[in-house]
Amino acid sequence: MSTVSTSFQRLSDDDLATCVHCGLCLDACPTFRVTGLETESPRGRIYLMTQWKRGTLPFEEEQVKHIDLCLGCRTCEGVCPSGVPYGRIIEAGRADVEDRRNPSFKRFASRVALRQLIGHPKRLRLAGYATRIAQRYRLTSMVRSGRMLPPLKARYCAPDTNVAQAWGPRKYRVAFLVGCVMPILYPHAHYQAVKLLQLAGCEVWFPPDERCCGALFAHNGDLKGAERLRDHNIAVYNSEHFDALVVDSAGCGAHLKDFYPLLKGKVKDLTEWLAEVGLPEPDRKVDVKVTYQDACHLAHAQKIKKQPRDLVRKVAGANFVEMRHADICCGAAGLYSTLEPDMSNRILDQKMEDVLATGADIITVANPGCQMQLEAGLRARGSRMKVEHVAETLMRAYPPPQRGEASS
Amino acid sequence: MLPSAVTEDLRRVVGREAVIDAANDLRIFERDGSIEGAVPDAVVLASTTQQVADVIKIAARNKIPIVPRGAGTGLSGGAVTIKGGIALQVTRMRRILEIDTVAQTALVEPGVVNKELSVVAAQHGLFYAPDPSSQNACTIGGNAAENSGGPHCLYYGVTTNHVLGMEVVLADGSVHWVNGDTPDRIGLDLCGVLVGSEGTLCAITKIKVKLLRIPPSVATLLAAFPSIETASQAVSAVIGNAIVPAALEMMDSVTVGAVEAHYHAGYPTDAGAVLLVEVDGIEESTRELMAAIGKILSSNQGYGLREAQTPGERELLWAGRKGAIGALGRIKPNYYLHDGVVPRSRLPQVLSAVGEIGEHYKLPVANVFHAGDGNLHPNILFDMRDKQVMPQVESAGEEMLRAVVELGGTLSGEHGIGLEKNAFMPWIYGPDDLDAMHRVKDALDPDAMLNPGKVFPDPTSERVVHLAGRTGLAVEAKWW
Repeated sequence: MSTVSTSFQRLSDDDLATCVHCGLCLDACPTFRVTGLETESPRGRIYLMTQWKRGTLPFEEEQVKHIDLCLGCRTCEGVCPSGVPYGRIIEAGRADVEDRRNPSFKRFASRVALRQLIGHPKRLRLAGYATRIAQRYRLTSMVRSGRMLPPLKARYCAPDTNVAQAWGPRKYRVAFLVGCVMPILYPHAHYQAVKLLQLAGCEVWFPPDERCCGALFAHNGDLKGAERLRDHNIAVYNSEHFDALVVDSAGCGAHLKDFYPLLKGKVKDLTEWLAEVGLPEPDRKVDVKVTYQDACHLAHAQKIKKQPRDLVRKVAGANFVEMRHADICCGAAGLYSTLEPDMSNRILDQKMEDVLATGADIITVANPGCQMQLEAGLRARGSRMKVEHVAETLMRAYPPPQRGEASS
Repeated sequence: MLPSAVTEDLRRVVGREAVIDAANDLRIFERDGSIEGAVPDAVVLASTTQQVADVIKIAARNKIPIVPRGAGTGLSGGAVTIKGGIALQVTRMRRILEIDTVAQTALVEPGVVNKELSVVAAQHGLFYAPDPSSQNACTIGGNAAENSGGPHCLYYGVTTNHVLGMEVVLADGSVHWVNGDTPDRIGLDLCGVLVGSEGTLCAITKIKVKLLRIPPSVATLLAAFPSIETASQAVSAVIGNAIVPAALEMMDSVTVGAVEAHYHAGYPTDAGAVLLVEVDGIEESTRELMAAIGKILSSNQGYGLREAQTPGERELLWAGRKGAIGALGRIKPNYYLHDGVVPRSRLPQVLSAVGEIGEHYKLPVANVFHAGDGNLHPNILFDMRDKQVMPQVESAGEEMLRAVVELGGTLSGEHGIGLEKNAFMPWIYGPDDLDAMHRVKDALDPDAMLNPGKVFPDPTSERVVHLAGRTGLAVEAKWW
C-alpha cells in the first residue's frame, strides 16, 4: 500500500480535499452529459484520484481511462462553489499516471510528433506544405485526423520587418503570438486579427524566432517539453518592449497566462485586449446571423465570456443569437479528438444539436481546435453553416483596407 | 458482486457497456451528496421505461436490492446502496418529452436536470417552480423521489405540489401510471404517496409536472443584521404582517464569508446574518410589497438594504445562496447537515441551541436556510481525514435534530430521511404511525427490495441512537 501512496507525488492531498462531493459540477461536464456516469464526471475523477493518493484504492490500468477521458475543459472549475482547483489536479494527476501506466503506441507517437514537429517551425512548415499536396490528391481523407483538417492555403507570413504599423496614431505597441499550427491551419484569422489590432491603434511586433508556446505539451503531461519552449520564448520576448502579448488562440493564451509567470499581466486574448482598448465604430453592420461558441480555454481557464460576446454584438446587433450550452466543450480539446475519437464524436453530436438549433449562418470561435472540430461536425451533417474565427467576424464590419497595407 | 448469470441477464437488457461491475469502478459510486457510503454490486444504466422494468424483474427474481439513482446530489443518503445491490442509474433518460403551453405542463424523463426544464420552458414564458439549490445538477426524478424543496417553495410549494402524475415501475417490474393530466385527484392520492417515498416504493420513469407562467416582475432584496436572532425576528415580523414572499433565506456570517470568496455577490461579510428576500408578481404589487418589507426589516435592526438593480445582479445573489453549501468546502473539506424544520416562531431558540451544541463539540457550524419555512440547514464543518472527529460530528448532528424535535419541529424539510435520519423516526412517530407506513410499504414491495435500509428505522443497523428517550415526541409535545 505504501508504494501506492508515495507514487502520486504531484497530486496534492489538500487540493483533492477541497472537493465536498456536492455534485454541482456533474451536469457541467461534457463526458458526464453524454455517459451519465459518475466515473466520467469531475466529482468521480477527483474521488478516484483521492483514493489513489491516499492508497485506499490500488492503481489499476483499466481505471486510467477515466482520467484520459477528461477533456481538461475546466467547465467544472467555473461552477464549483468550493473552489476546487480542478485544472491543477488533473494536470498533476495525469503526470503522476504517466509514471505508472504501461506505455502505449498511440501516446508515444503523439509525444514524438509533438516534440519533433510542433516545437520546430521549419519542420512544421514543411509538414503543412506536404499536407497541402496530399489534400490536393485527396490523400488526407484516408485517415480520420486528415479528414478533420480544413483545406490548407498558403500559411500566414508575418511582414519581413517584423512590425505592422498602427492605422492612425499609434497608441500601443503589442507583441503578437504567431504560434505553431494557427499560421498553417487558419492563416486568414491571423491576418484579420492583425488588422483589428492596427485598427485599434496598435503597432504590432512579431517576435522573430518565437516558437510554439508549449500548451499542447503541457496538456498532454509533457511538462519538460513545455519548459524547454518556455525558456526559449522568454528570451525572445525579453528582447523588446511591448504593452501586451496578444494571442488569438485561446489554448495558447491560457497556457501563457498560467505557465509564463514572467509575462504576468501582459498576456491578453485578442478579444480581451480589443475590449480593453476599444475598436473604432463599425463602418457597416454584419448582416448575417451569428452565434458564438465559447472556447473552454477562454471561458473557463481565462474566465473570458463577456468580451467576445460584447464585441460581436456590437457589429452584429440583433443578428447575434446566443446558443444553448455555448460554454460546454465541443469535444475538440487539443489532441483529445485524435486520442479519444469516440468520446469526442459523442460530445460533438450533442453540440451539433445546439449549433443547428440556432439557425445561424456563422458560428464564431476564438480557438483553432474548436474551429476544426465544429467544421468537421457541420461537414458531416452537410450543413452550410460556416465556422469563423472571431477576428474574421469582427472584420466583416470594416471594409477592405484602403487606409494601409494588410500587414505592413 | 452479482452472480455472473445475473450480470449477463442485465447486459442483455441494457447493453454491454451499460452495466458496470468492475470492483474498483464501483467504488466511485459509493456516495451521494451526503457523507455515508456503501459500494453497489453493480451500476446499471437504463435508457427506457422497458429497460427499467426488465432490470427490476431480474432483480426481483434474484432478490437483489434496487436503488434508483439520479445525479447523486442528495443529502440524506437516498442513493447510497447501503444493502448492496444494483444502483439503477437514470441519468441517460434525460429527454423532455412534451411541453404543453396551453395546459402549462411538461412530461419529462427522470434524468432531466431540474434547471434544464426551466431553461427550456422559459422559451414559452413558463418555469418549473421547485428550485433545489442543486438545481444545476439534480434531476427531476430525484426531486420527485425525495419531494425536494428549494428557496422558492415558501410561496410555490414543494415538489409534490407540482407533480400531476407519474409513470412508475413497481417492485415486481410492472409499469403503471398514477394520476395523469388533470390536477383534480379523485379517490386515494396514490401519486401523493409515491412522491417523497425516496425510492422505497417504486422507480420513477416519467413525470408530468405543472409549469407556471414566469412572473412579469421580480424584486430581490438583501439585508444585513447584527445577529441571527435579530434576523429571525425580522423573518417572523414579515410573515406576521401577512406577507408571504416568494423566498426568504438566511445565511450566517460563516456562510457569507465562504460564499463571498467564490461569488463576489456583494454580501456584507461583517454582518451577523443576512436575509435574502424575493417577491414576484405584477410590478405594482412587487414594488408595494418590497417597500413594506423594507420598512419591516429596517425597524427590526436590518441595515445595508440593497435591491438587485439588474437581472444579472439578482442572478449573482441567488448563485451565491444556491452554491452556499458547496462553498463551505473553503472552510473545511466536509459538511454534515440536517434539515430539520421548526415552527417559525421557534427560530431564535433553535438557532441558539444549534450554536451551543456546536460550541460544546468544538465544531464550526455554518447556518444557511429557508428562514421563511423555518427549515434549518446547520452545516457542521469538519475534515473527514481526521478519524477521531466523526463520532463527534454525528453526535452533534443528532443533538441538533433532537433540539428541533423538542421545540415541536420535525426531522426534514426537503432532503428526505434516507439513511441519515431513519434511526430518529421514532422521535416523531409512535409505533402505530410507523406500522401504518410499513403496511403501505408491504403492499407495494413485500420483499423489501426497493431501496432497503432507508426511511424506516432499520432494526439490523448498528447505529446507536444516543438520545433514544421517549418516542412520539411531536405528537405529545405540549408547546402549543
